Amino acid sequence: MEELKSELKAKIIEALNLEEIAVEDIENDAPLFGDGLGLDSIDALELTVLLDKDYGIKVTDPKVGKTIFQSIDTLAHYISENRTK
Amino acid sequence: MERKYHISKHCRIDHHGVLYNGRPLSAEISTEFSIFSKAFYYSLGTTYPKFFKMDNLSKLAWLGAELLLKEELSKNIAIVLSNRSSSYDTDLKHIHTISNTEQYYPSPAIFVYTLPNVCIGEIAIRHHLQTENIFFVSEQFDSQLTVNYCNYLLNSNRAEKVLCGWVEYLEENYKLVLYLVEKTGNLAHDLNVVRQLML
Repeated sequence: MEELKSELKAKIIEALNLEEIAVEDIENDAPLFGDGLGLDSIDALELTVLLDKDYGIKVTDPKVGKTIFQSIDTLAHYISENRTK
Repeated sequence: MERKYHISKHCRIDHHGVLYNGRPLSAEISTEFSIFSKAFYYSLGTTYPKFFKMDNLSKLAWLGAELLLKEELSKNIAIVLSNRSSSYDTDLKHIHTISNTEQYYPSPAIFVYTLPNVCIGEIAIRHHLQTENIFFVSEQFDSQLTVNYCNYLLNSNRAEKVLCGWVEYLEENYKLVLYLVEKTGNLAHDLNVVRQLML
């Protein structure tokens, strides 16, 4: 699981062009949106594409997205249970 | 009675470097826009993480506007920009993300920049401008149109100042010329001067 979390952080930094943020800067339980990494709605869509492209997970229900995109912890947990690739 | 306006400041960014009011600024000259734009962004000393999420056209426009508007107190500044290639550079990147039917993953972050006037939006957000704006697409900079449009905005009190210019980016070829028009300034706001700036 820790490996997946590190992998996710690196992918998020690259996919969302978080130029001034390093893997070590992202806490596993810190909020990704709002006060955390300060991600916006376009970033949420980009994360949805990332889940589909890299893990074969299609998020179609916005409520599910809101839950799993809370933090690296929640995202990694959801991916580990639902990934198809 | 027709009022006279002036160009208070102007800048130019292209492969030869950066000019501010005709004077060269120290900026890393690189054939790669990604390297140049990043170095120049850091040289401005502004913290604005959204910069790195922009497409190249918006980055170019943002950098030029930062030079001219960073210390502006007025928020009543209209924006009149134009270019030749619209958002085609980003359009091509978007096409690339949807060209493979087996790897069909359109990127929302790319797609949102597939309009040229988005770069005006980025400038407006950065400088808190809720003003008139327009983006023209034409083969060459239309000095007459831009001067007339700018004068109309000022004469009709739709803006106190107008940021005008050319912001062109296509596949590593780029050129920006921006100038700020207002009541006072060292250069007259007329066709000849504007044409000279665009050369």
